[in-house]
Amino acid sequence: MTHSPYNPKHHLTDDLIAAYATGTLAEAVNLIVATHVSLCDSCRAAVEAHETLGGAVLEDSAGAAMGDDALDRAMAAIRGTVPEARPIRLSADPAPDPVVPAPLAAYIGGLDRVRWRSLGMGVKQSILRTTPEATARLLYIPAGTAVPDHTHNGLELTLVLQGAYSDEDGHFARGDVEVADPSVNHMPVADMSQDCICLAVTDSPLRFNSFLPRLLQPLFRI
Amino acid sequence: MPHDTTKAEDPAIWANALIRIRDHRDEAAFAALFCHFAPRIKGFLIRSGTDPALAEECAQDVLATAWRKAALFDPSRASAATWLFTIARNRRIDIARRQRRPEPQDLPWGPEPDPDQAELLGLQQETEYLGAALKALPKKQRDLIEKAYFGEMTHSEIAAETGLPLGTIKSRIRLALDRLRHALDVRDPR
Repeated sequence: MTHSPYNPKHHLTDDLIAAYATGTLAEAVNLIVATHVSLCDSCRAAVEAHETLGGAVLEDSAGAAMGDDALDRAMAAIRGTVPEARPIRLSADPAPDPVVPAPLAAYIGGLDRVRWRSLGMGVKQSILRTTPEATARLLYIPAGTAVPDHTHNGLELTLVLQGAYSDEDGHFARGDVEVADPSVNHMPVADMSQDCICLAVTDSPLRFNSFLPRLLQPLFRI
Repeated sequence: MPHDTTKAEDPAIWANALIRIRDHRDEAAFAALFCHFAPRIKGFLIRSGTDPALAEECAQDVLATAWRKAALFDPSRASAATWLFTIARNRRIDIARRQRRPEPQDLPWGPEPDPDQAELLGLQQETEYLGAALKALPKKQRDLIEKAYFGEMTHSEIAAETGLPLGTIKSRIRLALDRLRHALDVRDPR
């Protein structure tokens, strides 16, 4: 087995992994799951275990009869199509972006192409384009800076891409995902060593606890 | 359409069919794969709420995709049924939710050379054991797992349909998965 460096400390919940494998999550949640899995071998194994169960359920199922001409149509369809060649990884392949894993890169390109909007105190965000049931945003938190204290009604997931932060639940570095408990107020503080960049997903608006940020909330869609 | 007369005596039969499609454009292998899986995929899509005519078209698409993308099938990581399940699931997300499906970045090494037949058999057998474990579950638990995979139901929707409170649903699914893991000795990452 090839050694892999992808061993973060904070993981997805089983519920999220199962729902990703069965395909019932909103697009923004799928995005953060796929991005974390790209950086985490144990969650990748868990997703594949759930998909194996999906395969077993499919194999075991009764099925619905196909039309009489189904096989003829299928054979006609494939005769015009040559199977694609086997992908070959060459060492000359461009290295994957060191900060942005492929599923996220498909949404933002590179970090240099992100259009940030200031939230004050040097904190910036950029909302990604997904279906509306949940919202994905990139957060940029300058080294040593605290994000305002906030709570939320629903799911809040935060994945560290660069740098690190700490809050009441612990210390989160690259690849770590925090699944926030809705009952807890939390105030992430970025480590001093490097500016922190996170992918954050919420399925309901955040609520800030101080008066001023609450007024600003609709403006920033946070 | 001819009936699926294949006996499931050889768990690696479908993995080998995909390898023959990949390496030899083997149409007979494709026809056998189609007769086995197209009706299952159609049934899967109908149970997820797809209209039967559309489900038939999509089952055609899924198998045509398997023909075209056979080179991406990695028999050291998935059984044929698992791989086809993921293609059908993504097609379902595409139809039902009209949204993109972000997939994890490929592993930095892979695809690995094909495993030898003994190893191949072992991995394909895992899905078969899982199927046996599934069959051995009490009916209620098995129904819930099938609903989760087939019905495009969230836990709260399952609760609404069965009248069971959410906590019960979650603990039953967890119990069912634990039993499956135990039956299988599936590696548990945490």
